[in-house]
Amino acid sequence: MALVLNEEQQLLRDTAMQFFQERAPIAQLRKLRDSKDATGFDRALWREMANLGFAGILISEKYGGTDFGPIGLGVVLEQAGRTLAASPLVSTVLLGGSAIQLAGNATQRQEYLPAIAAGECLLALALEEGPHHNPTHITTKAEAEGSNFRISGEKVFVLDGHVADYLIVAARTSGKENDRNGITLFLLDAKTKGITITRSHMVDSRNAASITFDNVEAGNAQVLGSVDGGSDVLDQVLDIGRIGLAAEMLGLVQEAFDKTVEYLKERKQFGVPIGSFQALKHRAAVMFAEIEICRSVVLDALTALEERRNDVPLMASLAKARLAETARLVTNECLQMHGGMGMTDQFDIGLFMKRARVAAVTLGSADYHRDRYASLDGF
Amino acid sequence: MDALETFRQETREWLEANCPPSMRTPMPEEESPWGGRNAQWPNPDSKKWLDAMASRGWTAPTWPMIYGGGGLNKDEARILQQELGRIKARPALTSFGIWMLGPALLEYANEEQKLEHLPKIVRGEIRWCQGYSEPGAGSDLAGLQTKCEDKGDHYLVNGQKIWTSYADKADWIFCLVRTDTSKKHDGISFLLFDMASEGVEARPITMISGASPFCETFFTDVKVPKENLVGELNKGWTIAKRLLQHERDMISGMGLGGGSAGGLGGLEKAAKDYYGTDGEGRVASPALRERIAQQKMDGRAFSLTLARSMQEAKAGQGSGAASSIFKYYGTELNKRRYELLLDVLGTQALGWEGDGFKQDELDVTRSWLRSKGNSIEGGTSEVQLNVVAKRVLGLPD
Repeated sequence: MALVLNEEQQLLRDTAMQFFQERAPIAQLRKLRDSKDATGFDRALWREMANLGFAGILISEKYGGTDFGPIGLGVVLEQAGRTLAASPLVSTVLLGGSAIQLAGNATQRQEYLPAIAAGECLLALALEEGPHHNPTHITTKAEAEGSNFRISGEKVFVLDGHVADYLIVAARTSGKENDRNGITLFLLDAKTKGITITRSHMVDSRNAASITFDNVEAGNAQVLGSVDGGSDVLDQVLDIGRIGLAAEMLGLVQEAFDKTVEYLKERKQFGVPIGSFQALKHRAAVMFAEIEICRSVVLDALTALEERRNDVPLMASLAKARLAETARLVTNECLQMHGGMGMTDQFDIGLFMKRARVAAVTLGSADYHRDRYASLDGF
Repeated sequence: MDALETFRQETREWLEANCPPSMRTPMPEEESPWGGRNAQWPNPDSKKWLDAMASRGWTAPTWPMIYGGGGLNKDEARILQQELGRIKARPALTSFGIWMLGPALLEYANEEQKLEHLPKIVRGEIRWCQGYSEPGAGSDLAGLQTKCEDKGDHYLVNGQKIWTSYADKADWIFCLVRTDTSKKHDGISFLLFDMASEGVEARPITMISGASPFCETFFTDVKVPKENLVGELNKGWTIAKRLLQHERDMISGMGLGGGSAGGLGGLEKAAKDYYGTDGEGRVASPALRERIAQQKMDGRAFSLTLARSMQEAKAGQGSGAASSIFKYYGTELNKRRYELLLDVLGTQALGWEGDGFKQDELDVTRSWLRSKGNSIEGGTSEVQLNVVAKRVLGLPD
């Protein structure tokens, strides 16, 4: 069990820290937001990230990746979380790339993985159909028609759905609407006839989309993994996504907290720094404790992935639930401690709170993951 | 085979030959091997096991051999721990001397004092108690007033201590005394003396759990030889603080039973037994089930944090800041666990004694009450949070 970073990982962390602070500071997110940027992230910056190897972190060298592994990716995501950097890391690397890596046949791997690693191909996972994460509740249908399929249905909250070049769609090929079996993944060009994409403007200024599929034609070559066996792939992909999001949230809470501790030392009332008040000291110390606990959880979850341990699902739910709760606590407390200034758009703390909430519900809220943890643990 | 593997092999063989079978079973409270002049041995094997372990210095594995310790390096000590765990061996000695006083003596005492006291601690011959808190000095420990006067050829001690754990059973006390009334922290000294000295009286205090592990301890003109002062006069606060650290480490371990419910198995097993299950084998109450999941997650997260802290220390990484939260987090976690157990067992956790309750259930009740003290003793949660705010976060006074 490795709960400390090795030298290579420390180097990667330092590179990522410097990169995000210099090239993707919070001011950049504000710029994208205020200019209503059509892409929602900076494509040139994404290419720079690809050049640093961030896009190919989970991809083997054979396909042009850097293969730094899950811990490496976690290290990068944590730093991205600190500056709220908008990028397709979650949609394309954590979810799309992992799905192709895990389930893709030789042709699919060869076609997509090098392009992903090069930052030239954007993917989106079209999974959710309602306001709550539910990876087995799939009503989008894929009906067999000879050797082809016709897909119809509606997807919501598709991360980076409006800019993705390709969509991975979870559709039902058999079974009832909540069955785990009978779900098939299709890898579709986003421009395929019958696909309508509508951008959703989320509170965190990141990208998502609602997508309708109207009799969209898909061939056998576009099936990712096996027909009816999509859940086996999804389970693994989603756990990678959950653990990655937990790593991002760790960076987010650490930064929000560090900023707030600085504020407590600077802001004066009654002639003294407000950080001298015990009412605030204790709350700050409690947050510190929670963040330290979270750091251990994230590191162990990443290690579980890296070492292919059989408790990955359990650790994914632990990490996602624990970080979601701590992100809520810390962003709420930090906002309160900033007083009226925390309520202004000028201060960054509100941006941290907004991103925290979106990250918290993405791929399952704390409620979802406590329930899942209990089931996985046999009670 | 490398040296460590040889050590493991030899250790395993020695334990096999020397650990009596009854010492490999769960230990009832009354068989706790505290040692001391008036030790009770309800199970004679406990004494045999203590003597065997002490003969190798393995009750204090890493202490130097000249002081009776095992002289093991960290890797060897870890292997010994693992091998003891493998056969589920009971501790050979439960001792404040080992956990708290010994490490402080090794660091601050002179050679004569080390040679005098450490071997007796290792062998369990002398049972120690800790004279820290006073009625007027709890969280503000440095405000202690127990007076110690220099009478030329001896010290004279007058005053009162409180919350002295097992003072009525202990042989000696390590005690903080005031040797200078004009200064606060710099007027405290660290003194050792025999509880059989004339003028010492210990009165047990009955706690809410019904047990009396703590005493009020009174000192009236107690004569103490001058060689019993540890470190320099008026420099006892440094020793006191270091020793508190050992005490806090000892207490924070209590949070590690994240999901356990003593003799009733895991929290989830107890919940299934006392609440029943739904058609899919889940705990019948969804609300309770969710709280158990939360508790188990927090327990796992906490033990991962202890592991991370150890790995960081070994790798020379990190600031060691994480360890400052252990006492706070571990004790709060333990208190929450007992509150949850109370809800799991319902009225069966609210019996006091007699028929209608299993011993395991009565143990939960008493332990729940006892757990309330975890976040008070050895530095309250509030004091711990103050320490984090000041030392780690650098927030101003």
